[in-house]
Amino acid sequence: MYAFDVVRPSSLDEAVAALGEEDAQALSGGQTLIPTLKQRLAMPSKLVSLTGIADLQGVSADGGTITIGGATPHATVAAEAGSFPALAQLAGNIGDPAVRNRGTIGGSLANNDPSACYPAAALGAGATITTNSRAIAADDYFQGLFTTALDEGEVVTSVSFPVPEKAAYVKFEQPASRFALVGVFVTKSGGDVRVAVTGASNDGVFRWSEAEAALSGNFAPEAIDGLSVSGDDMISDLHGSGAYRAHLVGVMTKRAVAAANG
Amino acid sequence: MAEITLTVNGRSVTKSVKGNTLLVEFLREDLRLTGTHVGCDTSQCGACVVHVNGKDVKACTMFAVEADGAEVATIEGEAAPDGTLSAVQAAFQEHHGLQCGFCTPGMVMTATALLRDNPKPTEAEVRDYLEGNICRCTGYHNIVKAIMAASGQDVTSIAAE
Repeated sequence: MYAFDVVRPSSLDEAVAALGEEDAQALSGGQTLIPTLKQRLAMPSKLVSLTGIADLQGVSADGGTITIGGATPHATVAAEAGSFPALAQLAGNIGDPAVRNRGTIGGSLANNDPSACYPAAALGAGATITTNSRAIAADDYFQGLFTTALDEGEVVTSVSFPVPEKAAYVKFEQPASRFALVGVFVTKSGGDVRVAVTGASNDGVFRWSEAEAALSGNFAPEAIDGLSVSGDDMISDLHGSGAYRAHLVGVMTKRAVAAANG
Repeated sequence: MAEITLTVNGRSVTKSVKGNTLLVEFLREDLRLTGTHVGCDTSQCGACVVHVNGKDVKACTMFAVEADGAEVATIEGEAAPDGTLSAVQAAFQEHHGLQCGFCTPGMVMTATALLRDNPKPTEAEVRDYLEGNICRCTGYHNIVKAIMAASGQDVTSIAAE
C-alpha cells in the first residue's frame, strides 16, 4: 500500500469536511477498498473512516419503510431487517461471516461493483439513497460499472426501502469470491413488479423491463417463458460467457419469482 | 503516525502506528502475537480471524487505527493463564481438528464466535459459518466434528469419511 493517514471522525459534518481535502477518500467497512489499496490501484492521501459515526449506524422500520444507516454492516442488516425478509436474507449471504461484520451497505452502494448484491436490492425495491446533501432514487443512482450519481466527497448516510408485498433475491454464486455470477432481486407491490439483475451486465445492475411487463400481468415463473436477454453486453470471463450469464438471468428470475410466491 | 490505545486479550496497549498498518501486522509485528496468521492477505482464507468488540473479523482487512478503543481478542488469549485450553481448543485437540495447523487459529476464533451466537449449531450451520475459513489440508471433517463436540453435542454418529 502507498502511505496515507486514516482519520476517524465521530460526526458526519467532520467527515464531510475531511473529505473536502484533496485526494481524501471515504473508508467504510473496507472489504473492497483495503484489497484495492493493497494492489496499489488507489492512492488516497487520507482515508476518512465512516464506521465511527453513530448517526450512520442501525436499522429502523417505520410503517412500510425500512431505513438502514449507511455504515451499517451486513451482519446487522441480516439480523435486524426482519420486516423485509428478502433484504435480510440477501445481507446474510454476502461474503462470509467475518466479511459481513465489517462490510457496509453504504460502502457497497458507493462502490457499485457490477457483481455485488446490494445494488440489486436497492434497484429491485426502488430504494432511496440519502446522502449528506440530497436523496437519490435508485433508478437515477446507478450509472454503470463502478459508477454512481454520487459526487466527489458525497457520503451515503442512509438507504430507505419501501417494503414490498412480495420479494426474493436469488443468486448464482461464484463459489470462490461468493459474489453473484448472476443475482436477481424481484419485488411485487400491487401491480408494480420490478426485476433487478446484478452480476451479468457490463454496465452493472439493470432492470429487466420486458420481464417486469410480463410479470406485472401474471406474477408466475412461466410468465417469462420465451423472454430472453441478449448476451452481447454481458460480462464474459473465465467463470462464464456472456451467453451463459444471459441464460442465467432467465433462470434466476424464474427462481426469484417462485421464491417470492413462497 | 497515529497513537492508538486498545485492549488486546484483556491488556491495555498504547502504540504509534502508520495509517496503512493492518490490524494483523500490528498484532504480529508490533505486539509479537504471531498466533494470528496471514494466509492469503486477500480476506479469503480466514487464517487471520480475530475478534474486535466480540465480532469475528479478518485482521488482514482492517487497519490498526480502526481498532483504536476496541477490545481485541486473539488466539493467544483463548486458553486460561494456567494453560487450560478453551472448550473449542480442547475439542480441536481431542478430535484432531487440524493437520498442518496453519488455519487453526482462525478456525478456533471463528468457531468461538459461532458458538457464542449459536451455542448448539447443526452440522450444516457449522459448515456454513466456516465459509470464509479455508483449510488447505482439506481437513474440514474433523474441524466440523470438533466444533460440534465443543458445543456439547454428541459426535459419535459423525462418521469419519
